[in-house]
Amino acid sequence: MNRIPLRPAARTLQIQVLRHNPHDPASEPHLQTFEVEEADTMTLFIALSEIRERQDPSLQFDFVCRAGICGSCGIIINGRPGLACRTLTKDLPDRITLAPLPAFELIGDLSVNTGKWMRGMSERLETWVHSRNLENLDIDTVEQAMEPELAEQLYELERCIECGCCVAACGTAQMRQDFVGAVGLNQITRFQLDPRDERTDAEFYELVGDESGVFGCMTLLGCEDMCPKELPLATQIAFLRRRMVCSG
Amino acid sequence: MTSHPNRGPARADVLQSLTGLLLVLFIWGHMFFESSILLGKEAMHWVSKMFEGEHLFGKPYPLLVSVVAAVIFVLIAVHAILALRKFPGSYRQYQQFNAHMGALRHADTTLWYVQVITGFAMFFLASAHLFVVFLQPDNIGPYASSDRIWSGNFWIIYAPLLVSVHLHAGVGAYRLAMKWLPIPAASSRQVRRKLKLVMWGIVVFFLCLGSASLATYMVIGRDHAPYAGERYVPGKSQAPTGEH
Repeated sequence: MNRIPLRPAARTLQIQVLRHNPHDPASEPHLQTFEVEEADTMTLFIALSEIRERQDPSLQFDFVCRAGICGSCGIIINGRPGLACRTLTKDLPDRITLAPLPAFELIGDLSVNTGKWMRGMSERLETWVHSRNLENLDIDTVEQAMEPELAEQLYELERCIECGCCVAACGTAQMRQDFVGAVGLNQITRFQLDPRDERTDAEFYELVGDESGVFGCMTLLGCEDMCPKELPLATQIAFLRRRMVCSG
Repeated sequence: MTSHPNRGPARADVLQSLTGLLLVLFIWGHMFFESSILLGKEAMHWVSKMFEGEHLFGKPYPLLVSVVAAVIFVLIAVHAILALRKFPGSYRQYQQFNAHMGALRHADTTLWYVQVITGFAMFFLASAHLFVVFLQPDNIGPYASSDRIWSGNFWIIYAPLLVSVHLHAGVGAYRLAMKWLPIPAASSRQVRRKLKLVMWGIVVFFLCLGSASLATYMVIGRDHAPYAGERYVPGKSQAPTGEH
């Protein structure tokens, strides 16, 4: 007699979380293990939410969009950076170790202040359109159209969500705290390509033409391989490097 | 007043890549010339005399070999001093990189560390090799080289140098390509996969070629040990090692 095939028994995941509250002087960094029964299409974000809801309401981790758009839930998953909301538990072994992203200020447990780092990087690299004579700009006239290919190229680079995974995956950034990372170099390329930004290559060189910028990159390519948005970071950095060498 | 951007970092990066590229091309060429021993002593003798300019000037000028050794030494020194900028500079940095590499399990990150280690090893191994070539440029030939390798125990330097130089050169060439080549973003992943395959192919090829020629020099050197110091004379049947 035919039988309806039974679903294999659900796995019990052992989720080890590196816990620490830097605001509590008594807190020591330690690993705490939680057991979670795996569900269909479970993401790490869902697993963490379940832990917080049912086992330990004090567990800290970040999330906003749950769809890989906001870049808040970047964590180290079994040694590699990734987004909790985009990582399916079925792709992971029974034992999962989670840690906060390195290089960023720790808020507590898995929560880090990527925003502070990104803001510092953005202010240092001045990642906004620089135009002269803005006071004479007539905002009633139609903006000059951009070539569709160029617009698409800019859009591709704009897809960066500043999750910090490229910084956490970068050996250079681990060793040198002032390195701007792929996220910073990617943004410089984005504004360098933008015809509305009137900065010259020499001006961009002032921003990234040293060892904390594009010439600090050692082409380890962790950024390219771990970017959750699969941005073409290696080719962008190579482009910027050639451009900065030729700008003098 | 106009500000002058500091071109130093750009120049340093280009110079490191450029000296690296020249050294890679040199070592790959070097391998074909040194492995002429696989074609026989006559072939290797011909090649060694070619570098002394005998075929061009009618008589050998070993000084030419010294000049090449000196140029290569300078290239290595420039490359090394520029590469040192990237080495972990303190115990803390070393520890951070090590922990990062161990956790990440990422091939290109680990390969960079392989380059740091092999590069460091070559400070000593390549220097020793170049120094001998520089000081004794006329001491290269089917028997002279074999005697140095076997009776002079230079295989102890050449074996680890062979492994270091080819890992370093192969990985370096791949990294150079990723660092500078304008690869279209859409196909960059496929191109990179191919480059890496080519890289491993080249490394394995040169390691095989190098090991085979080093083994050949060692066998010739062992058989020639009782006559160590005696030079190869082309055309003359050399006792008792002639058949090797």
